Amino acid sequence: MLREELSSAQLGTEKRGWLREGFSNLMESRNFLGFLLIIPAEAILFIFLAYPFILGLWLGFTDTLVGRKGEFIGFENYASLLKDSTFWLTTYNTFLYTIVAVLFKAILGFALAIVLNREFKAKGLMRAIILLPWIIPTALSAIAFWWLYDSTFSAISWSLIKMGLMNHRIDFLGDPTNARISLIVANIWRGIPFFTIGLLAGLQTIDPTLYEAAVIDGAGSWKRFRRITLPLILPLMAVITTFSTIWTFGDFQLVWVITKGGPANATHLFGTLSFQRAIPGGHFGEGAAISNFILPILILCVLITFKFLRRED
Amino acid sequence: MAKVRLENISKHFNEVIAVKDFSLEIEDREFVVFVGPSGCGKTTTLRMIAGLEEITLGKIYIGDRLINRIPAKDRDIAMVFQNYALYPHMTVYQNLAFSLEMRKFSKEETKQRVREAADLLEISELLHRKPKQLSGGQRQRVAVGRAIVRKPQVFLFDEPLSNLDAKLRVQMRGELKKLHERLVSTSIYVTHDQVEAMTMGDRIVVMKDGFIQQVGKPLDLYFHPINKFVAGFIGSPTMNFIETQLIGLDNKLFVQADSFRLRILEEKSQNLQSYVNKKVILGIRPQDLSKASAPVEGETIEAFVEIIEPIGNEIYLDVKAGRDSLIASVDPKTKVNPREEILLQANLENIHLFDIENENALL
Amino acid sequence: MYESFWQKFIKFYLPLVIFVIFLLFPFYWMFNTSLKPMKELYNLKLNPFYVHTPTLENVKTLLFDTIFIRWMYNTFFVAILSTAISLGASLLAAYAIQRLKFKTSGPTGLAIFFGYLIPPTILFIPLATIIFNLKLWDSLWSLVLVYPTFLIPFCTWLLMGYFKSIPKEMEECAMIDGASRLRVFWRIVIPLSLPGIFSAGIFAFTLSWNEFLYALVFISTTESKTVPIGLVTELVRGDVYHWGPLMTGALLASVPVALVYSFFVEHYVAGLTGALKE
Repeated sequence: MLREELSSAQLGTEKRGWLREGFSNLMESRNFLGFLLIIPAEAILFIFLAYPFILGLWLGFTDTLVGRKGEFIGFENYASLLKDSTFWLTTYNTFLYTIVAVLFKAILGFALAIVLNREFKAKGLMRAIILLPWIIPTALSAIAFWWLYDSTFSAISWSLIKMGLMNHRIDFLGDPTNARISLIVANIWRGIPFFTIGLLAGLQTIDPTLYEAAVIDGAGSWKRFRRITLPLILPLMAVITTFSTIWTFGDFQLVWVITKGGPANATHLFGTLSFQRAIPGGHFGEGAAISNFILPILILCVLITFKFLRRED
Repeated sequence: MAKVRLENISKHFNEVIAVKDFSLEIEDREFVVFVGPSGCGKTTTLRMIAGLEEITLGKIYIGDRLINRIPAKDRDIAMVFQNYALYPHMTVYQNLAFSLEMRKFSKEETKQRVREAADLLEISELLHRKPKQLSGGQRQRVAVGRAIVRKPQVFLFDEPLSNLDAKLRVQMRGELKKLHERLVSTSIYVTHDQVEAMTMGDRIVVMKDGFIQQVGKPLDLYFHPINKFVAGFIGSPTMNFIETQLIGLDNKLFVQADSFRLRILEEKSQNLQSYVNKKVILGIRPQDLSKASAPVEGETIEAFVEIIEPIGNEIYLDVKAGRDSLIASVDPKTKVNPREEILLQANLENIHLFDIENENALL
Repeated sequence: MYESFWQKFIKFYLPLVIFVIFLLFPFYWMFNTSLKPMKELYNLKLNPFYVHTPTLENVKTLLFDTIFIRWMYNTFFVAILSTAISLGASLLAAYAIQRLKFKTSGPTGLAIFFGYLIPPTILFIPLATIIFNLKLWDSLWSLVLVYPTFLIPFCTWLLMGYFKSIPKEMEECAMIDGASRLRVFWRIVIPLSLPGIFSAGIFAFTLSWNEFLYALVFISTTESKTVPIGLVTELVRGDVYHWGPLMTGALLASVPVALVYSFFVEHYVAGLTGALKE
């Protein structure tokens, strides 16, 4: 299009054509279209995820109460928390809960994945059944556990007594240690499917001829597991475990439904304590400060995931 | 090093019979090639020898040992897989050392064996790399190396060269054969490539649909195939097959094709009496057709050149003689033009005839 | 590689049976308890493992004496809408990141991915203030807007995986044939990714049913509650736990999710594993 060759009248109509063409060119441009398409997702995530995230950090430094705007008070919230024995109990319990539950979920989940890693009829059905605890809303299965853990009517107590293994009913939720164990078991129950399905997929990507080569090289089943399966599944296991860790650490539903943090604050997690202080209690600032203690673990998990994802490249 | 004896080996997968009644004796230090199209049972047979497949029927002996019930890891065999099966998370050194570790070899002995194998295969500089950092050819050598360190009684190869490009394949073929000589081993090699089979094997086992078609030295199979399948499978370009009728004229036997006839030599005519006036399949290799100087009744063929493919050391001519299509492989200096008539001379010594029903060789 | 019967038994059947019993028992328990009349429930002498006199009175109580149905409606409402919004946004985002690979698409993709890692327990307090300021307090719409924050990351991730599996050549061919990028997206990429979209949708649906904290914090009126909140807060009056209706409620509320899941489980598993492989 040589401008010198066009008359000015033609230039007029050409310009409009250029605009339209310019617009459609833009729509073809990867960058423009890309930015455009990503706006809805970005908008939602920004307003309801990124912004609250920052806001939460700030709130922890204020004395906000529900309904009343707060003022900046520096580290006062954190200072008073560090002197709060309930807070320390919560810290201890959150770590205990997370470490024990994730450990068992990983081991049992992996074990089940290995068991399922073979051809058999009804494999699809089995996978569907295995995933049920993960699919069904946690609060609903928590209700079932609640009843199973009832101090008077628990079927577990009933069975143990009937079998002669115990002579009194177990106080599942009234005794701090029992309550912790009960909750951890419920969490493990819920979390195994995630590990199993994920690891099963990973196991199935391992080239079967590697095992054949190992057999011919003289490796027995345990050696094959230790020298081939484990190293090759490690990256996936790390990612899955990291996800599970951060979710378990930030758990809420299970504990709140079954024990609400009791007895005597023994089963509080950061999430439930934060809730208790902020919503019925009304201390938003304090609640936010408590929640923010989840941050370091979150950052750690993000870094680990990042490292393993990079390695995959 | 040892003999390997297979007696009436069969493999059933539910209703599918993959290998049928396979019997073979492999001599100590022999290089035997199982060859055939996909699905013919060659790999399955190899895997039964390896211990990776259960043997449905029959017995396999390595040396004097009946190995049917012996698990793979105790059979004292080594295998090179088609996709190499190198442990991706281990270095080349660790890959080579793995089997020795499993057998509790000392560190020194392991080191020595690995060094030896690496030197032999010229991969000594690669010992600290991981498989994904190696080229296809290098990975293949590591796979072979893994088998060598074991110093087993029998080497098994499952199409080890199929994943290499053509040039590399030709190079590796020679190297593997040299290796075999040096290691003085008994080797069983599976491939679908008949050129590999012909160039590498002391003896070749041609298989089809689970059955052995023919066993023999390469040139035996080339010159004396016992059926049409073997004749067509061995040799490249493929043998020409033409439906003809066996007729008698003046006390001589001829095969009559659509537009030409070829004479059957006296010494070959003896057992053909029952086939006179019946249809038979004529087989003649492209290499046995050359440009004729003058027409000879019963020996030459008038044909029309459709396509000329100069390969370099030969020229392939796609020709048409009446209704029949033929491929001739002629001297590279032959003067020939496309879309022209040509006179071809057939080498009557190397004519093959096959029964039209059971496809067995008649000569 | 052979396996004797006993080896198979120990390595497979036995562990499998133990795991299945462990994983399915609570559901059996829900089912079992729903059918028990109150007197049987609190009768310590009876074997609790099976129902002696099944009854539907719990179902009746649940459906007629509570606003369970209303809660179900609420939950469906939120689930379907938030799934729709998330799917829409994720589709666009996944395509942009995976295919268009615009500048900074790498970091953007990662940022979205990491968004999934942030647990609601860190966000619920600041979100509460935001929701309050937006005047969406106690409204189901607050949930519809907030749920995508955890649905979008996963759906985007999953869909990116699906888009990867569509050969670029197909799109390039269409573009040469004259289609604009948007056209290619609409007419080629989306139809080919339907299984992935399905999986993402199902996953989003089940995830939103599973949400508890936000629903608990943002909604206070009984009529507006979602099922899990309603059951847990309203069926416990004082110190009295109405176990029969509670369990029935838990069971019935699980049904929609289980149904959706069972019809599409293959897609679900494919989606989950596909995303993990990413």
